[in-house]
Amino acid sequence: MLDNVWLIPLFPLIGFLINGFFGKKIKNETIIGAIGTGAIFCSFIVSCGILMELVGLSPEKRVFEKVMFTWIQAGNFKADMAFLVDPLSAVMIMVVTGVGTLIHLYSIGYMHGEEGFYRFFAYLNLFCMSMLLLVLGANMLVMFIGWEGVGLCSYLLIGYYFEKKSAGDAAKKAFVMNRVGDFGFLIGLFTLFWWFGSNANIWTINFMEIKAASHLLPYGGVVTIATLCFFVGATGKSAQIPLYTWLPDAMEGPTPVSALIHAATMVTAGVYMIGRMSFVFIKAPETMMVVAVVGAATAIFAATIGTAQNDIKRVLAYSTVSQLGFMFLAMGVGAFTAGIFHLMTHAFFKACMFLGSGSVIHAMHHALHHGHLHDDPQDMRNMGGLRKNMPITFITFFVSTLAIAGIFPFSGFFSKDEILWQAFSNPFHGNLNILLWGTGAIAACFTAFYMFRLVFMTFFGECRINSKVKDHLHESPLVITIPLMVLGFLATVGGFIGMPKVMGALPNYFEHWLDPVFELASEYGKTYAHSGAHYSHALEWGLMGGSICIAVVGILIAFTLYVKNTGAPEKFVSTFPALHRAVYNKWYIDELYDFLFVNPCKSFGNLLWKGFDVVIVDGVVNGTAKLVMGFSAALRGLQSGYTHNYAMGMALGVVAILAFYVFR
Amino acid sequence: MEILFFGLVAAIAIISSILVITNKNPINSALSLILTFFCLATLYVMLEAPFMAAIQIIVYAGAIMVLIVFVIMLLNIRSEAGGRTNHARFLGSMTGVLLLILTWTVIGKSSLTGAKGAIDSAMIAKVGHTELIGKSLFTEFLLPFEITSVLLLAAIVGAVVLSKKKL
Amino acid sequence: MLSINAYLILSAILFAIGTIGVLTRRNAIVIFMCVEMMLNAVNLTFIAFSKYLGNLDGQIFVFFVMTVAAAEAAVGLALMIAFFKNRESIDVEDMNLLKW
Repeated sequence: MLDNVWLIPLFPLIGFLINGFFGKKIKNETIIGAIGTGAIFCSFIVSCGILMELVGLSPEKRVFEKVMFTWIQAGNFKADMAFLVDPLSAVMIMVVTGVGTLIHLYSIGYMHGEEGFYRFFAYLNLFCMSMLLLVLGANMLVMFIGWEGVGLCSYLLIGYYFEKKSAGDAAKKAFVMNRVGDFGFLIGLFTLFWWFGSNANIWTINFMEIKAASHLLPYGGVVTIATLCFFVGATGKSAQIPLYTWLPDAMEGPTPVSALIHAATMVTAGVYMIGRMSFVFIKAPETMMVVAVVGAATAIFAATIGTAQNDIKRVLAYSTVSQLGFMFLAMGVGAFTAGIFHLMTHAFFKACMFLGSGSVIHAMHHALHHGHLHDDPQDMRNMGGLRKNMPITFITFFVSTLAIAGIFPFSGFFSKDEILWQAFSNPFHGNLNILLWGTGAIAACFTAFYMFRLVFMTFFGECRINSKVKDHLHESPLVITIPLMVLGFLATVGGFIGMPKVMGALPNYFEHWLDPVFELASEYGKTYAHSGAHYSHALEWGLMGGSICIAVVGILIAFTLYVKNTGAPEKFVSTFPALHRAVYNKWYIDELYDFLFVNPCKSFGNLLWKGFDVVIVDGVVNGTAKLVMGFSAALRGLQSGYTHNYAMGMALGVVAILAFYVFR
Repeated sequence: MEILFFGLVAAIAIISSILVITNKNPINSALSLILTFFCLATLYVMLEAPFMAAIQIIVYAGAIMVLIVFVIMLLNIRSEAGGRTNHARFLGSMTGVLLLILTWTVIGKSSLTGAKGAIDSAMIAKVGHTELIGKSLFTEFLLPFEITSVLLLAAIVGAVVLSKKKL
Repeated sequence: MLSINAYLILSAILFAIGTIGVLTRRNAIVIFMCVEMMLNAVNLTFIAFSKYLGNLDGQIFVFFVMTVAAAEAAVGLALMIAFFKNRESIDVEDMNLLKW
């Protein structure tokens, strides 16, 4: 089975090719949907087989590299088209293909009747292929193909409704911001390649070879530079400060896209990449600190913005940014397992929430459409009381919300708690730990608050939608609710595989599973970790209870403000208008970026356009053309078509030739 | 005496040839050209080529020029609508003048070389010019002479075809 | 005896005048006549050389030139008539079809 790992990205590629080239001719939505979903489902089956086989092997043998062919060979540089299967990539392919299959299935219902149905499925399959390449790539270059491919698909799918200007703008924004990150990724790649080549004469970009040679890397120095560059790439792809602003705008895409790409899989690529190169990152303590700080800052920052948004998908988008911040926090404190664990649970509950919100939007849209109203179907202020109309959506959404809020025993509790505990107890950042933990805890509180605000505004209270169309709010069809139920189930129980040791009810399967991948990293970490600080189990229990309390506090605040005392939010807003305005406008970060980067770039571009391009470049080009035109206008006079003019020319020529011979 | 006569004939030839190109009416040009041809025939006689002078008159002045005059009358061309543009006239004249200067230069620079042949005035007087030409034409130049007939035949066919009503 | 140069220069003058006529006139028949004049100027040269070299070949050549001139006159004038039929003119300014 391991030998057939190449099948995993191949199926979505075939699906993409069929739907991309013939989808327009097929027309039948059922067939197109079946092809798209079937392709990724086949990958899922293969992934399951691979996982089974990996489980059957002893832990140290769980690394397998499949070389397809040599892709580039130039001098010392060699890049194979090769796939790497190890516990980490196995987790990732399971998440990508599993969640991907559900979302494909969901899309059949959600995208029903859309103009570019086939296009959507083709892009979705292309995305899955790229994402699988990214997680399976055995060297940085194959990973980079996937890295770029998912960026492209993200662009294509955000701009799916390209006739809408805002969608096109959002797509461009996402693409450009990702380019900034990709640039960092490439520089990091080159730095690492160059360092190994020139200092150790190991010319490689292969992860396993780098891992084998990683003991040669120094602590800090060039590694810091390389890893910081990689981290820039990660911030671009995973929407961290400072490159996060594209993700909320990416909600212009269809909701399944938001669920698959902008919540469950693509945006976690940065986390995955750091996990994949943990043995390099851990050698750069400064970078680890930067990662942790940026992660924590993003977690709290995005969470605050999430509290004031009214668009249901935007809240989820900021929530995603915030949760990604948690993952980076985990990476930065050396808790790679916890980060990947949170990545997985987040994929479950966030995908479920996005799909649930899609279901709500779907229902709202139909109801509003029925009544010929033009209210925004995504605005939570129009919703309310939907739990009666959409029970399945409500239940799945509710359990996912409990999961993200970190309520025991839902999956988010285990992963988030693990992160917070590691932030508190990790041996790397000294006194910064308290700050990291505190920030994370407050962010968790905010998370609980805004997520329950969302739930209360959407599903509880009185329905604020126009009463005319109230009766047309229906539960979505089965094809939509089945993925919701599966994901809701996973969001509920997914955490048990990574239960903390202190609980002891179940062994921490997840940690055991990923141990071989991160073993080396923790070994390197020991050389500069502060030793001695040993925390008792009681403290861990205490913090665990504390984080539940924090979540409950957030929920209670939301309950008070949005269910019991519904006038309170307005009161709060009128008390602190400036604060509310700042939060509502996302701390004016977009405006700041416009001012700092976009507008100067535009002016510079304008300058180049009007100054350089029009005057100099066009001047040269047009000048050449004018010169030629001038010459030809002069020469055209010679070709009058009059025989006698030609005769004259001939006579003059004869005279000239004669003169040459006579006066020579 | 000979020089004087040559000068007179040459002057007439030049003047009449200038008239050919300056006359507005093509008929006048044609008549001036005939005069030029007569002058040339006279010069041929002076060069002891009476047969040439004869066919100059008969073929050129008698046949070709008559044909041209016929055509002029047939087409009823009174005069030109106008001359050519000034710079064309200037260029054309310049070309002609330059050509003349060049030729003059060449003539001035060079001298007559080459072996002198057997034909001299005495022989022409004795045998007769026509006979000498005839002998040469039908012995040495027989093949070109025959080919000339093909050329003329082609010209006849061409003229007939071109003159057909529907071209 | 008269120098050959006198004949040659006369011939050159006639030739030049013929050239000028060809280049400056618009009437195709006049141009045609100028061409005849140029041919005659050359004939004169041939005969002058023939006399001064004591060789009759030049005169034979003149004979051929005349033949060609006759053929040329026949074809050329036929062409002119054909052109006139089409264009109602024998002005060379109207012969501008080479432009395309």
